[in-house]
Amino acid sequence: MSKPRVATVWLDGCSGCHMSLIDMDERILDIFERADLVYSPLVDFKDYPEDVDVCLVEGAVSSEEDLHKIKMVRERTKTLVSFGDCAVTSNVPGMRNPIGVAPLLDRAYRENVTLNPQIPSEIVPKLLPASTPVHRVVKVDVFLPGCPPSADLIYTMLDDLLAGRVPDVAGSRFGR
Amino acid sequence: MSTVFTFRIDGKDVAGSEGQTVMEVAEENGIDIPALCHLEGIHDRGACRLCMVEIAGSPKLAAACMTKITEGMDVTAHSELLLEYRRTVTEMMFVERNHVCAVCVANNHCELQDTAEELGLTHFDLPRISPKVDIDASHRLFAIDHNRCILCLRCVRVCDEIEGAHTWDIMHRGLETRVQTDMGIPWGESTTCTSCGKCVQVCPTGALFEKGRAVARGSKTRRPFLPWMKVVAEERGL
Repeated sequence: MSKPRVATVWLDGCSGCHMSLIDMDERILDIFERADLVYSPLVDFKDYPEDVDVCLVEGAVSSEEDLHKIKMVRERTKTLVSFGDCAVTSNVPGMRNPIGVAPLLDRAYRENVTLNPQIPSEIVPKLLPASTPVHRVVKVDVFLPGCPPSADLIYTMLDDLLAGRVPDVAGSRFGR
Repeated sequence: MSTVFTFRIDGKDVAGSEGQTVMEVAEENGIDIPALCHLEGIHDRGACRLCMVEIAGSPKLAAACMTKITEGMDVTAHSELLLEYRRTVTEMMFVERNHVCAVCVANNHCELQDTAEELGLTHFDLPRISPKVDIDASHRLFAIDHNRCILCLRCVRVCDEIEGAHTWDIMHRGLETRVQTDMGIPWGESTTCTSCGKCVQVCPTGALFEKGRAVARGSKTRRPFLPWMKVVAEERGL
């Protein structure tokens, strides 16, 4: 039997959750003896493959690219995990929501800029009207809040998922 | 001598004096009922709705902090249904304004954050309102970030009942409800505020905080003063 296929994706977040994932130290060897890492910002695969068993999603859905990516990830993934506060609540990326996109971009790229003030329109993806939690856009199977979730919590959750158990996320909380 | 009532909470036989609330007797018996507006030392108000309990024979839920005990009453303080209600109530507090635990001065010193963890609330099914909400940092020592206010009104009660200043009150209605200083003037211009800081100490979240505190550094270490102040106030007949 082939090993379960695990992926991680990074939307609008600070990568802190991925740092916390690596922070499980040698236990990461245990996890990836039992699973294959098929896509992640930590490795060099270019495309998100088909038939992924477990995917950890860090970050909120903030741009058109995020939206496109998460829909594709959902289609190709069995168990989708909202990984950390930005994915779960939109957290810090969501702090722009009461302000609105146009005033936000104005403030960042025009008002406070002296040299060639302009709002970027090429190459960078367009911002969505609001930064939203992942489960507002696609179905999420497991929620692991925390900023970031501790390495212990991530290990316990992955251990449970790989063993086919309902993951235990007790002890997780917003913030920390 | 006051009459002693015996009754049951979650099947456990308990006793209390006439005039006590279900919440008080539960606390004395080590039965934890979640609450965010209840605080020993100030009068209860039943604002947060987290302590709702079932009372046998009554068709509606009752706030444990506002319900006086009676002889033979049968209280259910914990059930699957109550847990579901409490999760929803907590969720509504989170989505009503803009709570961002990760960058909050009260991170890890917050009763709302603790309550979410205790109730196993891992995400919000309700959409966030994301309202545009003000911050008043006009006071020399303290600030209020209305984004984090859950309207428990501990600040209003402690300012009135313990400090006797009644600087804090409430204005507007519904989603627009805000705590206010004096008649809605900036806190720094208040003529009644004594700058005692009691409101900051009793605030369950990071809404009221001391200026100059970094993220997660807003612990409320001086809170135990409250029951003492209440005793003094009662002795002096205030």
